[in-house]
Amino acid sequence: MDALMDFLFNTSLGILILTVVKALALLVPLLIGVAYLTYAERKVMAAMQLRKGPNVVGPLGLFQPFADAIKMLMKETIVPTGANRALFLFAPMLTFMLAMLAWAVIPVNDGWAIADINVGILYLFAISSLGVYGVIIAGWASNSKYAFLGAMRSAAQMVSYEVSMGFVIVTVLLCVGSLNLTEIVRAQQTVWFAIPLFPMFVIFFISTLAETNRAPFDLPEGESELVAGFFVEYSSMSFALFFLGEYANMILMSSLTTILFLGGWLPPFDIAPFNWVPGPIWFVLKICLLLFTFIWVRATFPRYRYDQLMRLGWKVFLPFSLLWLVLTAAVLKLTGWLPA
Amino acid sequence: MIAALAFYVFAAILIASAVMVVTARNPVHSVLFLILAFFNAAALFLIAGAEFLAMILIIVYVGAVAVLFLFVVMMLDIDFAQLREGFQRYAPIGAIVGGILFLEIVMVVGAWRFAPDAAALRVNPNPAGVTNSEAIGRILYTDYIFLFQGCGLILLVAMIGAIVLTLRERPGTRRQNIAEQVARTGSVTVRSVPTGAGLKELGILRPPSPEEAKPKEVEHHQGHGGHH
Repeated sequence: MDALMDFLFNTSLGILILTVVKALALLVPLLIGVAYLTYAERKVMAAMQLRKGPNVVGPLGLFQPFADAIKMLMKETIVPTGANRALFLFAPMLTFMLAMLAWAVIPVNDGWAIADINVGILYLFAISSLGVYGVIIAGWASNSKYAFLGAMRSAAQMVSYEVSMGFVIVTVLLCVGSLNLTEIVRAQQTVWFAIPLFPMFVIFFISTLAETNRAPFDLPEGESELVAGFFVEYSSMSFALFFLGEYANMILMSSLTTILFLGGWLPPFDIAPFNWVPGPIWFVLKICLLLFTFIWVRATFPRYRYDQLMRLGWKVFLPFSLLWLVLTAAVLKLTGWLPA
Repeated sequence: MIAALAFYVFAAILIASAVMVVTARNPVHSVLFLILAFFNAAALFLIAGAEFLAMILIIVYVGAVAVLFLFVVMMLDIDFAQLREGFQRYAPIGAIVGGILFLEIVMVVGAWRFAPDAAALRVNPNPAGVTNSEAIGRILYTDYIFLFQGCGLILLVAMIGAIVLTLRERPGTRRQNIAEQVARTGSVTVRSVPTGAGLKELGILRPPSPEEAKPKEVEHHQGHGGHH
């Protein structure tokens, strides 16, 4: 046993094997989670619209995601004439890869992150800001007008909302004094940041909707005017990768919101029945709550018009988050709560 | 050893993609190679132990600047034959400008010397027990605060200039006044209705519009639908 431990923790091959095992232990549950998120979305939206949702494949339709996955695998990948073949196939892979890559730094419990790096939050912000490339490249490489219009909208939309997201993150970082995600959660031991920074929490949540291209900000897809937007030309597995990437990004953004505002793995109250429950379960529960809200919003609100979307991002969220940032800094400085 | 190997791999890809930026025929490919170059530069920062700079490079250049580049390049409908037309005519001027820039770089590098205390700092740029993001903050916001704020002001002026240049008041454009719309009552109202009940049962009926009130006879003359 000791020899095995020594091999795993002290030799470079052992560390490599250990990291691969850790990554699999994270990614396999994540992908199953993605599969059931699609199922949950259909069921929840069905309930909200007085329908039944998927109920044929397996008990309560529970095998529906797998049936869909197998169907996708069986279909032919079609590359349109005039498309840029290499980039056309690269775009969905990029989207999916980025959605997986970001999970390396997410701390599911105290010290459970695969890579507990100093600049964790910047890493996450960097990876999420790259998500737009999958969309732009897909739209351009498809050589189709609808896809291109979707890509253009997406580029403008994601860049706009990243700015206010950045200010929200800076506000949280002011209260923490560290860029490390584990430190950010530990700083919420006394109170979750969702309470003192409530307006920022709301802005961040709405910005994540825009960042993941979800309703009411799903203009890049815009079925009613752009058919399916940037992935209109995609079929079979290349479409499935976009689909999986979108849902994995939803889970990622929910976990980021959890870490920044809802205290990550921490229980809501540090007293008897709550702190018996292990941290990862709290973490997953909080993510599920946010994901439910994602679906709830989709079933409730109509799509924004493009100019309204830009107005909200630049004229409402940006000035407000900037003002709140200055306010937070001033309060922290005057009360002497500024972390060292 | 692994770090050295990684350095050479990233450096080689960086130079190769930088060359491709200039030589690629398709401008979209150029921008994508530029992004690859940014990534490899970020990797080099990581190897040098400057993870803050690496992440900022990706966030600012790849996440924002290059997206706008790509946006503009994709929107532009560039005719390459036309671009290459004046190549021979402009080549001498280009060569002169390039030569001057090259000479300037040679002069700068030739006169290069290290600050007296740089040799000691090079070994360990961070003070002990301080992450490099904090170390940068300590220098940037203390010793160089005025220069830093000056940079910010210059960027602000440039931004305002760009907006002033492009913003035109066109007559006859219709603008949305959100407050006015929200304050409007009468034509459209929102009400809460019990789930599952029909509109007729609730007594909510749309007033008949003048088009609907017309007799439907007209449709017979249109000629589509073959049920007659």
